Amino acid sequence: MKKTTNTLLPISSPTVDQVGVEERCAKFTSRSIKTETKIQGLKMVLSMIDLTTLEGADTPGKVKQLCYKAMHPHDAVSDLPTTAAVCVYPSMVKVAKKELEGSGVKVAAVSTAFPSGQAPLNVKIADTKFALDQGADEIDMVISRGKFLCGEYQFVFDEIAKIKELCGNIRLKVILETGELGSLDDVRKASDIALYAGADFIKTSTGKISPAATMPVTLVMLEAIKDFYFKTNKMRGMKPAGGISTAKSALHYLVMVKETLGEEWLTNEWFRFGASRLANDVLMQIVKQKTGIYHSVDYFSKD
Amino acid sequence: MAKNIKTKELTEWNYAPAPESKSIANIAPRYELFIDGGFVKPSSGRYFSTINPATEEKLSEIAEANENDVDKAVKAARKAFTIWSKIPAKERAKYLYRIARMIQERTREFAVIETLDGGKPIKESRDFDVPLAANHFFYYAGWADKLEYAFPGKNPKPLGVAGQIIPWNFPLLMAAWKIAPALACGNTVVLKPAETTSLTALKLAELFRDADLPAGVVNIVTGAGKTGAAIVNHPGIDKIAFTGSTQVGKIIQKAIAGTNKKATLELGGKAANIIFEDAPIDQAVEGVINGIFFNQGHVCCAGSRLFVQESVFSEVIKKLKHRMKSLQVGNPLDKNTDVGAINSKEQYQTICKYLEYGVKDGAEIFFHSCELPKKGYWVRPTLFLNVAQSHRIAQEEIFGPVLAVQTFRTIAEGLEKANNTPFGLSAGVWTDKGSKIFNLTTKLRAGVVWANTYNKFDPTSPFGGYKESGFGREGGLHGLMPYLTF
Repeated sequence: MKKTTNTLLPISSPTVDQVGVEERCAKFTSRSIKTETKIQGLKMVLSMIDLTTLEGADTPGKVKQLCYKAMHPHDAVSDLPTTAAVCVYPSMVKVAKKELEGSGVKVAAVSTAFPSGQAPLNVKIADTKFALDQGADEIDMVISRGKFLCGEYQFVFDEIAKIKELCGNIRLKVILETGELGSLDDVRKASDIALYAGADFIKTSTGKISPAATMPVTLVMLEAIKDFYFKTNKMRGMKPAGGISTAKSALHYLVMVKETLGEEWLTNEWFRFGASRLANDVLMQIVKQKTGIYHSVDYFSKD
Repeated sequence: MAKNIKTKELTEWNYAPAPESKSIANIAPRYELFIDGGFVKPSSGRYFSTINPATEEKLSEIAEANENDVDKAVKAARKAFTIWSKIPAKERAKYLYRIARMIQERTREFAVIETLDGGKPIKESRDFDVPLAANHFFYYAGWADKLEYAFPGKNPKPLGVAGQIIPWNFPLLMAAWKIAPALACGNTVVLKPAETTSLTALKLAELFRDADLPAGVVNIVTGAGKTGAAIVNHPGIDKIAFTGSTQVGKIIQKAIAGTNKKATLELGGKAANIIFEDAPIDQAVEGVINGIFFNQGHVCCAGSRLFVQESVFSEVIKKLKHRMKSLQVGNPLDKNTDVGAINSKEQYQTICKYLEYGVKDGAEIFFHSCELPKKGYWVRPTLFLNVAQSHRIAQEEIFGPVLAVQTFRTIAEGLEKANNTPFGLSAGVWTDKGSKIFNLTTKLRAGVVWANTYNKFDPTSPFGGYKESGFGREGGLHGLMPYLTF
């Protein structure tokens, strides 16, 4: 199919050198995170998690358990933060909302025909409206990767802009599904489209496609956020999702955020992890740091 | 219930100290000269101190070799040459492989000592200097019994005794660069490390002894310029291999004029890193940082001049300044340190002098506003903007973490400015367009040109310069030639 070049995008995306990106990422992973830096980092990671369940088999019972976990990650340790949010399908928003009432933990709903995005705009609008009506605090939408790969960037841009219009003040996370985009140049282009179309957050993946979040992809997206900030003076958030399951790799992501964007971004207002298994590994490490002992996985709740 | 944290109360997040332990570094209080397979006292009876430039603490004392000692070393090397050049080449290879493996086994000790003695960050000595030194021995071990294939029909033969004088910026690595090809080709060696960084060469001497390398094949004589001059002027030396300043290179060149001594000189540089508007800017900025702040800028091929196409100038500078803020400057033994200590007081004074020139000439100075340790020799990573081609900071080698930034409008202008220097060691080109890279690499008068990367080294790749950056190549097949006669 012919690639169209007439887009209303306000900028053209810079090129990305994959070898250079990978080299930079290797340097983040060689930072040594010890003692109080480690404890503080682990707590920060916990406070940034969007605890996620996105399965056809989700039930109110499962979602309620997840919500409890979000509010009480591990009550045996006293000064732990809650997670940032729970992330569910629109049909589960009401259940989660009720469970989390008064806790400060947000409810994020995936929408726009998640995960494939293969639906007409009116269906995506209805999907999003439903989630908003149910009380979602945040919307995680997917972009139309098929259209993007056809070069129909304006279509992708307009769709995001439309969903943001519906969301109003509700924060919108735009999932690029980078595992389907093919190159870091495309990741960068999709990031710029999303940011200029009104995304509050850009997010790597649905978690349904492998590879999901990787450090190189996240770095390219953080650089897009940095450029957007340099140009507009507006901060935007980042959410790597899927594939980050160890505390150690999560700390490497924090190093990347700190050194790429700065410490202002090291809060769950601007950085999130989309993950289901990460929380328990973080808790295990926190307990290890406090007691010097690794507990078995059976000492931590699996929800 | 756990506390919901929305605010920025957790956001101050600094790296806690993560120092590598010094305990593995087994440094003797005094080191003698390594001549004819053993450690011997210097005939002068004199010793000089070597210090840790990050703390100014004395680490050890090192024997000072005079002409008599150098003469002994050359004679030992000459005697060993009759054996070493005759043993089967594959036996020579076995020694080199053994040395390479032993360096790998002792990586941590070499890395810690290199950092203590020279001030470079442990992550560089650990991940760059020592592994690459081992790789040079591995690589040239492979060539030892294949010289006939490297130069078919040319009947390659060793030269004899090589006098090798190395600098203080990569002490162990430079020793490996020089010793490995010399031994592979069947030569024997008298090597002098730089006086501020003799320790890893002496540890290497211990390693040679442990590897049962035949006596006299490698001799290590320590000392300053006088010791070096004794090597250069000794009639028993067949070849000089020198890495260091252009100034000393010229003295050596004069001294050996009219003799039969061969030479390779790897001297100074003032490399241009050129960023075009179509470059991957973020990776280019990273490459510039790596190009100038790697090893505190004590790198002969450091990208010390930056040329930015005017259309992306403000973006590049903004990003460069932003990136400089995350550089960790301080204790070289800390695993998170990116920029360590300046190698010596003398070098510190040289860099300070150039900082003054820059300001006095009217360039705009910007530096990383980090705290520096009270003791030791430190220079903050520094940029100079509004630099003119005629400024001294744009013309002369500073050999420190100081970058001179200039702009250009067209390819022709960028090229002209980049080539407008007495040096010609290396250059960097940053562009997304392959054809532009090839166009420029043929026109840049530099021995090494990196495209969309910087400071990449490999034993298989030749390295060396043009013009006042010297002559001869080290590394790769080309690196064998200076140690052979055909």
